[in-house]
Amino acid sequence: MATYSTNEFRGGLKLLLDGDPCTIIENEFVKPGKGQAFNRVKIRNLKTGRVLEKTFRSGESVEAADVVDRDLQYLYNDGEFWHFMDNETFEQYQADQTAMQEAAKWIREQDVCMVTLWNGSPIVVEAPNFVTLEISETDPGLKGDTSGGGGKPATLETGAVVRVPLFIQTGEKIKVDTRTGDYVSRVKDD
Amino acid sequence: MSAGSKTTSGPNGRWRPGASRPALLARAALLADLRSYFAGAGVLEVETPLACSGADPALDTLSAIYHGPLFPDGRELYLQTSPEFAMKRLLAAGSGPIYQVCKAFRDGEAGRLHNPEFSILEWYRPGFDVPQLIDEVATLVRLALAAPVLPAERRSYAAVFREHLDIDVLEDSEATLRELALSQGIQGCEEMALGRDGWLDLLLSHLIQPELGRHGLCFVTDYPASQAALARLNPDGRTAARFELFLQGVELANGYLELLDLEEQVIRFEAENNRRRSQGRPGVPIDLSFLGALQHGLPECAGVALGLDRLLMLRLGVDDIDQVLSFSLQRC
Repeated sequence: MATYSTNEFRGGLKLLLDGDPCTIIENEFVKPGKGQAFNRVKIRNLKTGRVLEKTFRSGESVEAADVVDRDLQYLYNDGEFWHFMDNETFEQYQADQTAMQEAAKWIREQDVCMVTLWNGSPIVVEAPNFVTLEISETDPGLKGDTSGGGGKPATLETGAVVRVPLFIQTGEKIKVDTRTGDYVSRVKDD
Repeated sequence: MSAGSKTTSGPNGRWRPGASRPALLARAALLADLRSYFAGAGVLEVETPLACSGADPALDTLSAIYHGPLFPDGRELYLQTSPEFAMKRLLAAGSGPIYQVCKAFRDGEAGRLHNPEFSILEWYRPGFDVPQLIDEVATLVRLALAAPVLPAERRSYAAVFREHLDIDVLEDSEATLRELALSQGIQGCEEMALGRDGWLDLLLSHLIQPELGRHGLCFVTDYPASQAALARLNPDGRTAARFELFLQGVELANGYLELLDLEEQVIRFEAENNRRRSQGRPGVPIDLSFLGALQHGLPECAGVALGLDRLLMLRLGVDDIDQVLSFSLQRC
């Protein structure tokens, strides 16, 4: 069982706390001039995404979590799992709904995603920050409107719904910021 | 975080100082102001060795080994955790009031407010009591911060805990302190074996200290006898004539009405060394020359150590000690 001493604490270090993999966001060393030293740590639970604070006695050891981030290519969805492949090792991984969260509505086959693996299994899948997707359905907009103000809902080929400017038409491709779900621009085919 | 963002990557990227030019200027100005103050007050500037033959068992010490004339087989030297022992030897020898600006070293301490090598201003006032020394600390800090009307308040350690957490630091049991830490939501302390003073440190550092000195200088006085360090006990026998200064939640200074009693000092050193051994750490050699000075007789005096790097941080409004040091641990 690998462990880390508090002296190894730094942002990004992965710990196993109460059975869950966590990552350190912030580590503060606290010590009165004469007295007991502590490490006050802000931690994100990688399974739930929740941020919590925890105090360790300086010098204490904490179990390490076997967590790595990998760029994996999305292959297909079998109805229950999303399947990914490491393009270097050709190893395949399956992610469940919990790991996919929002990513499921943005990605298409062949897209490369950042996948967090815990003990070799995906626990968090992040869609690329920007994706280009085709609009499968949107109401015909008013002719001549190019302002982008107002907007209307559009359903994308992945099923996601985003607000787009009125001039955007069914069949066009748009760029979307997956972190906010916002329309960024129209994408012209070359 | 700010330290990281300023550091250029690569093995040679750390050559740059952490302190900006204004921070270097502020340090030089601070030192000039302090020296001018003490010259005016008739306090003598002294220097004592950084590398010493004994160590303070209450702190973790860095050490170095000298080889050469006088010690052909080598001699372990302990880098001072404060200049206290040597300065008390000067006082015992009749120096009169003295001050020193020097480096002190503490193993295991690095963070936003800590660097293992840091600057101390320490001074001793024969004939002063704690209130007189507190007044002088306030004067000096106001001068250093160019804040002449900065208010100062004085509250006992017990009062601070009563006001913030409604507990009695002298009476409440270790179990009560632990319960309080848990009910106040300090995550992770469930299984800590801290001892009574450890729990007080936890409560103070997590729940009280951030509030101390929000609006001015906050002097916390009369620490529990179990945290007397090198301070004399008060006549009640349960508290010590020790004070600390907090400003903006930062611990700035630690002062005592100095313990004069040799026997009591030896007992305290031994207790600290026993505590170390009970934690599986070796004891450290006591500074015998310091004990010799106590035996000779230390004049009645009050003394205080003040963290100059933190004072500069407050002066400049920066939140990482790396920003006031030319080269902190990660750059030295």
